[in-house]
Amino acid sequence: MPINKIVSSFDEAVADMFDGATILVGGFGTVASIATCLLEAVYRKGVKDLTTVSNASGFGADVWKLQGAPFPEDMDILVRNERIKKAIVSAPVSALYVNNFEQLLRAGKVELEMVPQGTLAERVRAAKAGLGGVYVPVGIGTVVEEGKEKKVIDGREYLLELPIKADFALIHAHKGDRWGNLVYNGTSRTFNPTMAGAAKVTIAEVDEIVELGELDPEHIITPGVYVDRVVERPKVYDTGDTEITDKQALESLKKFQDDVKKATDK
Amino acid sequence: MSENLLEKEKLDRQVMALRTAKEFEDGLCVNLGVGIPMLASNFVPAGREVIFHSENGVMGYGEITLPGEGSLDLVNAGGQTVHPQPGMVFFGHDESFAIVRGGHLDISVMGAYQVSEKGDMANYMIPERKIGTIGGAMDLAVGAKKCIIVMNHVTKTGEFRIVKKLNYLPTALNCVDMIVTDIAVIDVTDKGLVLKEFAPGWTPEEVQQLTEPTLIIDPDCGEITLM
Repeated sequence: MPINKIVSSFDEAVADMFDGATILVGGFGTVASIATCLLEAVYRKGVKDLTTVSNASGFGADVWKLQGAPFPEDMDILVRNERIKKAIVSAPVSALYVNNFEQLLRAGKVELEMVPQGTLAERVRAAKAGLGGVYVPVGIGTVVEEGKEKKVIDGREYLLELPIKADFALIHAHKGDRWGNLVYNGTSRTFNPTMAGAAKVTIAEVDEIVELGELDPEHIITPGVYVDRVVERPKVYDTGDTEITDKQALESLKKFQDDVKKATDK
Repeated sequence: MSENLLEKEKLDRQVMALRTAKEFEDGLCVNLGVGIPMLASNFVPAGREVIFHSENGVMGYGEITLPGEGSLDLVNAGGQTVHPQPGMVFFGHDESFAIVRGGHLDISVMGAYQVSEKGDMANYMIPERKIGTIGGAMDLAVGAKKCIIVMNHVTKTGEFRIVKKLNYLPTALNCVDMIVTDIAVIDVTDKGLVLKEFAPGWTPEEVQQLTEPTLIIDPDCGEITLM
C-alpha cells in the first residue's frame, strides 16, 4: 500500500493530543516560521497542563495581523489561554514590553526553564539522534549550570545537558510530500528541521503538498522518516482582482480583515 | 564621581557603530546583536567583504530593507526583513549554533549592562524587572573567536558599567575581548583592562574616573580613529 502521511485537517492532525503532553514547537520568534494552524488546533482541542519547548513565548496574533501575516497565531495562543504548565524556552520575555508569558510567570501560573538557544537546539537534537546527553561549554559560571554535572575535557569545562524527550513536535515547512519529505523557505527554517523527528509524533504543517518525486532529493532538508503527519494550510489568495472561491479562505480573509480593523481602531 | 564628566559630550550611537565596524576585517564572519551592534552592518569599510551570520539560520544576508518591503521569510534575529544577496545560505537551528559554538564565527558584537575587568559580562537580566531572556547571548559570548561589547561607559545616573566584579547575573565568564563605549576603546587582557583609545576632548584620566578597575594606559593610546 502506498505510504500516505497526509491528513486532511489540522484538528485530525492533533486528535490524539492529551493533557500533560510535552510538545516541541518549531520556529523562532517571527510568525512566518511557526506552525500556526496546528497551534490553533491544539487550542481548539482543549488540552491543558502542557509542557512546551520553543525558542520564544510568542508576540500574539494582533502583532502579526498588522504586519499582514495570513496565519497570525504563535505560542501566545497557548500562553494567554493558560494551557501551559511548564515552558522550556530560550527567549521567554521581551526587553521592549511585558508579554503575556511574563504576566503568567509573575502570577505564579507557569513554570519556566530557560535554556540557552544553542543548548536548546542540541538537547532537542540529542533526543532525535538517540544520544544520552551532550557536553556543552555554554552556561559555565551562570545560573544555567545549577544542578548539572561538570566535566573537564581537554582542559575545558563542560556541562552535561540531557535530551528533551517529547510526545509531539509541531513544525512548519514550505513544501512536503506524502512520505513526509520537507523543504523550507528562507529564515522560516530555524527550529523546524531540528525538532522534526525529536518527538514520538512529528506533525508538519506545510504551505503546499506536492507529488512524490517533485522535491529534488539533493535539496530535501528533512527526510520523511522523521515526519509522521503532513497537513496543508488553506491557500492564501491575492486580495486584489482575483476572485476568491474557496469558502474557508473567504471566511478567514473576512475574519482577518475584521480583526485588522478592530486592532487598528483601538 | 565628577558631575560635569556625565554632562560632557560623548560619542553617539552611529559613531560607536562606525568604530566597531573598523574591526570587521576582510573575509570575517560576524554576528551582530540587537541595538547599536546591528547599526555596524551599515559601516563595513569599503572594499571589504564581510559575511554576517544571524542566529535564526542565515549567513551572508544583505542590508535591512525599507519598512513594508522584503519577505517575512527573510529576516534577521531582530525580525527585520533583509535583502538577499549572492552567496547567502540558510540552515536550521542546530547548524546555526554549531557555527556559533564550534568557533566558526570570527566576531560576535553585543550590548551589555556590565563588563568586569576579567571579561565577565552581564547582558540578559533586565535589571529593573529582575527577569530576562538568555536567547543566543550565552552561546555567542562563549563561542565566537572574538567578543566585542558595545555599550555606554556608565549608566544614566553615573554608575560604573565597567566594574571589578559583576553585580548582575553573568551571561558568560571571561569572554569579552574588547569594549567599545561612548568615550573609550578598551582591550580586555590577561594583565587587565588596557585603554587603547579615547573620545575627542577626553583624557585617559577622565576615562579612568568613570571606570571602576584601574586601567592600563597603552603606550600608543590616543584619540579614537574611525577609518
